[in-house]
Amino acid sequence: MASLKDLRARISSVKNTRKITSAMKMVAASKLRRAQEAAEAGRPYAERMERMLGNLAGSMVGQAGAPKLLAGTGKDAVHLLVVMTADRGLCGGFNTNVARNARNLIKDLQAAGKQVKVLCVGRKGRDLLKRDFASLILQTYEGLTRRGATFENADMVAQKVLSMFDAGEFDVCTVVYNKFQSAIAQVVTRQQLVPFPVPAVAANTNDAAGKALYEYEPSEEGILADLLPKNVSMQLFSALLEGDASEQGARMSAMDNATRNAGDMINKLTLVYNRTRQAAITKELIEIISGAEAL
Amino acid sequence: MAETLEFELVSPSKLLISQPVEMVVVPGSEGNFGALPQHAPMLSTVRPGVIDIYQKGAVVNRIFVAGGFAEVTETRCTVLAEEAVPLADLSRDAVQARLTAAREALQEADQPLEKAQAKNRIAVAEAMLAALS
Repeated sequence: MASLKDLRARISSVKNTRKITSAMKMVAASKLRRAQEAAEAGRPYAERMERMLGNLAGSMVGQAGAPKLLAGTGKDAVHLLVVMTADRGLCGGFNTNVARNARNLIKDLQAAGKQVKVLCVGRKGRDLLKRDFASLILQTYEGLTRRGATFENADMVAQKVLSMFDAGEFDVCTVVYNKFQSAIAQVVTRQQLVPFPVPAVAANTNDAAGKALYEYEPSEEGILADLLPKNVSMQLFSALLEGDASEQGARMSAMDNATRNAGDMINKLTLVYNRTRQAAITKELIEIISGAEAL
Repeated sequence: MAETLEFELVSPSKLLISQPVEMVVVPGSEGNFGALPQHAPMLSTVRPGVIDIYQKGAVVNRIFVAGGFAEVTETRCTVLAEEAVPLADLSRDAVQARLTAAREALQEADQPLEKAQAKNRIAVAEAMLAALS
């Protein structure tokens, strides 16, 4: 049995831990609100861009002049994965979930004989993947969401992806990230960036005669050539926003759990402490009494 | 009351404007175009320049956009802008500083990608200056 002094030290250390975790929970909660607002504010742009692109892409599909970003390179030998995780830990299963999903995807692709390249956004993703796939990781971006996710940061990653695509370094690009559902639920999502997956609805409405005929300035190809790279940036940006909100949500619930566990532990330890103290007092009394009786 | 057009200005970080307007003039890449209600559907790229919003026959709001895309349908005009600032919020000094910074960036850039980005920034800053004068 631990001595009283040990127990006291233990209790006070758990109390300190609880203070830290509850402070972290509070910080995460306030960051979550901001990240959530940012994620929601970014949605209109993404929605409208998707609508435009759906319209355009629907009419371009199957045509010879379609840009490569839309039609693909005609092969799928080399896959590029963009893995979006947090820079920091202590957020429950957030990073491991993404990493596990990415790892499964890499293994599947490799089993199918494809070549895989990885871009890590967020330090934790690299830490988790480098044990198995160190040679596949091309680059790691850190601190992209430190002051909230910005479009410039997402654009930086997008430019890298686009320049690699132009150089013919990969055929298919997929981003793996946590989609924000609520503060306690994040869903690991895979989304294909390149070639652009034409929404099924848009492709269908193309046949219908009722579809509005757009005029294009300068031309369909010209607009597409502009819009497709923008779309890559935008998709990455929204993944970054969703990831940031998810991270804060995950951290908040992880820290909430930790705080509750620390509370339970303090209760248990206090109980043991009190029992031990009482036992010691009783023992001393017995000693005194039996000493007095012996006289 | 005349018919109105639903005008939306969206940047990646937020929905800036969503309101019914009488007419908007958008700086398309092949020349400015005015969008009125019942405009034929069209898609256009937008060059850096100023969007004018008309209400009751007069300009009520002027907004600088740094390029993007515009979608016009019979009832709606949506502009996706990379950056949008009300013209009244731009100051000549800040823009001048931005132009200088962009020119320096072009000088220092050694990769084609960086050069293209710097040129783009110069074009935006020059368009801002032109819009101010």
